[in-house]
Amino acid sequence: MGLILAQLLTGLANAGALFMVASGLSLIFGVTRIVNFAHGSFYMLGAYVGYSLMQVLPGAVGFWGAILLSGLVVGLIGALVEVIVLRRVYAAPELFQLVATFGVILVVQDLALAIWGPTDLLGPRAPGLRGVVRVMGEPVPQYDLALIAITPVVALALWYLIARTRVGVLVRAATQDREMVAALGVNQRWLFTGTFFLGCALAGLGGALQLPKGGADLLMDFTILAQVFVVVVIGGMGSLPGALLASVLISVLNVFGVSYLPQSTLVLMYVVMVAVLMWRPFGLLGRAEVAGELGQVGAPEEPIRPAGWPIRATVAAALAVLAALPFWGSPFSVVLATDILIFCLFAASLHMLIGLGGLVSFGHAAFWGGGAYVAALLVARLDVPMEVAMLAAPVGAGLAALAVGWIALRASGVYFAMLTLAFAQLLWSLVLQWGAVTGGDDGIVGVWPADWASGNTAYFYLALALSVGGILALRHMAHAPLGYALRAARDAPLRAEATGLHTRRLQLVAFALAGTLAGLAGGLFVFSKGSVFPNELEISRSFDALIVVFLGGVKTLSGGWVGGAVFESAEDLLTRFAFWRLTLGLLIIAVVIVAPEGIVGAARGLARRAGLTRDADPAREDAR
Amino acid sequence: MAEGAPMLEVADIATFYGRAQVLDGVSFSVAPGEVVALLGRNGAGKTTTLKSIIGLVPPRAGRVTFRGQEITGWPSYRIARAGLGYVPEERRIFTQLTVAENLEVGRQPPREGAVGWSEDALFELFPNLAERRGNLGKALSGGEQQMLTIARTLMGNPALVLLDEPSEGIAPVIVAQMARAVRRLKAEGLTVVLSEQNLAFARAVADRAVILDHGRVRFDDSFAALDARPEVRDAHLSVSGA
Ligand SMILES: Nc1ncnc2c1ncn2[C@@H]1O[C@H](COP(=O)(O)OP(=O)(O)O)[C@@H](O)[C@H]1O
Ligand SMILES: [Mg+2]
Repeated sequence: MGLILAQLLTGLANAGALFMVASGLSLIFGVTRIVNFAHGSFYMLGAYVGYSLMQVLPGAVGFWGAILLSGLVVGLIGALVEVIVLRRVYAAPELFQLVATFGVILVVQDLALAIWGPTDLLGPRAPGLRGVVRVMGEPVPQYDLALIAITPVVALALWYLIARTRVGVLVRAATQDREMVAALGVNQRWLFTGTFFLGCALAGLGGALQLPKGGADLLMDFTILAQVFVVVVIGGMGSLPGALLASVLISVLNVFGVSYLPQSTLVLMYVVMVAVLMWRPFGLLGRAEVAGELGQVGAPEEPIRPAGWPIRATVAAALAVLAALPFWGSPFSVVLATDILIFCLFAASLHMLIGLGGLVSFGHAAFWGGGAYVAALLVARLDVPMEVAMLAAPVGAGLAALAVGWIALRASGVYFAMLTLAFAQLLWSLVLQWGAVTGGDDGIVGVWPADWASGNTAYFYLALALSVGGILALRHMAHAPLGYALRAARDAPLRAEATGLHTRRLQLVAFALAGTLAGLAGGLFVFSKGSVFPNELEISRSFDALIVVFLGGVKTLSGGWVGGAVFESAEDLLTRFAFWRLTLGLLIIAVVIVAPEGIVGAARGLARRAGLTRDADPAREDAR
Repeated sequence: MAEGAPMLEVADIATFYGRAQVLDGVSFSVAPGEVVALLGRNGAGKTTTLKSIIGLVPPRAGRVTFRGQEITGWPSYRIARAGLGYVPEERRIFTQLTVAENLEVGRQPPREGAVGWSEDALFELFPNLAERRGNLGKALSGGEQQMLTIARTLMGNPALVLLDEPSEGIAPVIVAQMARAVRRLKAEGLTVVLSEQNLAFARAVADRAVILDHGRVRFDDSFAALDARPEVRDAHLSVSGA
C-alpha cells in the first residue's frame, strides 16, 4: 500500500514538467495553428540554461531564481524564433511549418552541443529539499513533493490568465477566429509573439524544474516530444485541463510500468493512447474541430500532365547514364548511388501520400523501418532467402499501413499527423523493448543479400530496378483514375463524396500503397547495409523524409525523388563537417523562407522567368 | 479634415480572390453622418467591397481613404484602430466565449470624434443581450448573435461602421429592431455603410443607395431617384421587398 502511494506520488511529480511542456504546445497550437515540433528543444534549452544559471546563482534563492529565469530566457528565445522564422509560415501548409520548426530543432541541437558539450549534465539538487520524507514507511524525495505542490500553482496561474484576463480572452478568441480578432483592432503579431513567449517559457520552466530529477542531455528534445504528443493527443489538442489530466495519466502509468512491466513501459504509453483514441478520436477533453488545410496552399495547383517527349527523352538519357555508373564511376559512387536510389523510393512514397492524397504523415519511418525489420527478422531468425524477404518487406509494411491507416484516417489534419507519429513511436518502442526477438538496441546484424546480388554493382542494379520501377509506378498512378480520385478527395472532400467517391477508402488505399513502397525501400536498405537498428523507426527518420518531400516541392510530381537525391547527397557531404546540423537547420529555414515551392518548383519558376518555358504551353508546362 | 470632405472615399478599387477578379473599379464616397446602402444581388461584390475597405481582402489597385488618410494596404487591425468598425455577414461571434467576453474582444480605447460606447449603453441598445451577458455565444439565437456582432464592433468606438447584410436570416421582429438600431446609430452621429439585398430594409434606414453588379457600381443616388428608374432595379436587383 505504502509502495503504491509512493509510486503514485512519483508519477504526480513527473507529471509537472510534462504538463508544462504539453500545455505550452497546446496553447501555441490553439492560437497560431502551428504544431511546434521544436517544443522539445525549448524544454531542453530550459534544462541547460537552468543548469548554467544554477552554477552562478547561490543558495535556495539562486536555485528557484534560476528556474524562473530559465523560463524567462527560453520564452524570449521562443519569441525571437517566432519573429524571425515562424511569422513567415503562418499562412503556409502544415508541412512547411513542420519543416521550419524542424530546422529550429537542428539548430538548437548543435548550439547546445557547442555550448554545453556532449556529456550529460547532472542536475544540481534543490537546496533544502535534498532529503526524503517517509510516506507510510516508503521514502519519497522532498523535491517530488515540492513539484507536486508547484504544478497546480502553475496550472492555476495559467487558468487564471486564460480564463480571467483580457489577454486570455483575446487568446481564446484568436483560437477560434484570428481574422475576426484582427478586424476588431487587435494586433495579432503581438498576440502570436506573446503566445509563443508564454508557450516556450512554460517549456523552459518544465525543463529547468526537472533538472534535479533528470539533469540535462542532448536527447531530451525528442524524448519529451514523443511523450508530449501522446499527452496532447490523449488530452485533446488545445485543452489545458486535458493536458493536465493526460500528463498525470501518462506519468503515473510510466512509474507503475517501470516497476511492474519494465519491458514494456514505452509500449504501454502508446497502447493507452490508441485505446483512448478508439474511444474518443479527439482526445479525452478535446473538441472535434477542423484542423486547417493540408498539403496545399496558395495559388490553384496546375494540372498534372503526362511528361512530354523532350522530358521523357531527358529522363531516359539520364537513366542510361546512371545505369552505366559502374563503368564510369568509382566503387564508392556506386554505393552512394545505391543509398540515394533507395532513399528516393522512400521519399517518393511519402511524396505521393502528401502531394496527391493531401495526407501529411509524420510517421512514415514506421513502414520504412518496418519493412527493414520484417526482412531482417526473416533472414536472421528464420533463414529465409533474400528474395522472399525482399517480397515480405513491402507486404508486411503494406499490411501495417492498412492497419494504421484504418485508425489514423478517422482523424484529419494535425490529428492525423500526430496519430501516424504515435504509431511509428509505438512500433519503435516495440522493437526497442522486445529485445528477445528484435535484438533491441543492438539491432539485427548479418543480413546480407543472396550471392547473386552480393556485389556492390549487382546490388546497385537491383536497387536501380526496384526503385525506378517503384517511382514509375507512383507516377503512373498519379495519371490513373486512382490518382485523379485522390486529388478530388484532397481538394474537395465533400464534393468528392457527393459524386460517389468513397474518400476514406481511397485514402486508405493510398496510405497502404505508400507504406508498401516505403517497406520495399526499407527491405532494399537492410540488405545494402547488412544490418538494421531501431533508429530507422525514429521520429527523426520520418522527419528526414518529410524534409525531403518539402525540399523537392510538394506540388510537383518529381519533388519526392529529386529532393531525396539532393538531400541524401547533401547529407553525405554535410555530415563530414562539425556542426552539420546547424548548417542543415539554417539551410532548411532559409529554403522555407526563400523558396517555399521547393527545388523543382523553384527551378520551374526560374526556367519560366528565363523564358525557357512559357506559361500557356501545355506541352512543356507539365508537372515534372 | 476640411468641412464637407467625405468620411470614406473608395476610389476605383480592383479586388481579386487568387486569379479571379471580383471588383472591377468600384468607387463611391460617404459623407460624415450619412447612411449608405450597398445593394446588389447575391455575388455582386458587396461583401468583397466591405472586406476590401477593412483590409481583409486588400484591393490590388485603387485607393481607400478614411477621414482624409489613405488606408489602402494597411493591416486590418490598424484600419480598425483608425475608427472603422466591421460587422461581418456570417455573424462571426466567438461561440466559445460569453457575451461579455465577446464584447471585451471588441473593446478599444475611446476615440476622438467618435461616439464612446460602454457595455451598459450597448445593453440599452440591445436589451436582449443584457440578460444573456454570461451565456456562451453558441447559446444565443440567430438574432441575438447578429446583435452581438454589432455590439462587439461598437465596443471599438468606431466613427464609421461597415454592416454586412444586417437583416439576413433573422426573424421579422428582429429585423425591425435592427432597423431601429441602425437609425439610432445615425442619430448618435455614426456614419454607416451597410450591404443589403432587402430593399425595404435599406430604404427604411439609408439615405442613399449604391448598386453593385458584377463588381461595378451601376447606380449611386437617393432612393427617390431609384424609384424613378425602375429599369435599374430590374436589371441589377432581385426584386424582393420593394
Ligand atoms: N473567398 C472567396 N474566394 C473566391 N471567390 C469568392 C470568395 N468570396 C466571394 N467570392 C466570389 O466573389 C463574388 C462576389 O462575392 P461577394 O462579395 O460575397 O458578393 P455579395 O456579398 O454581393 O453576395 C462572387 O462571385 C463570389 O463567388
Ligand atoms: Mg455578401
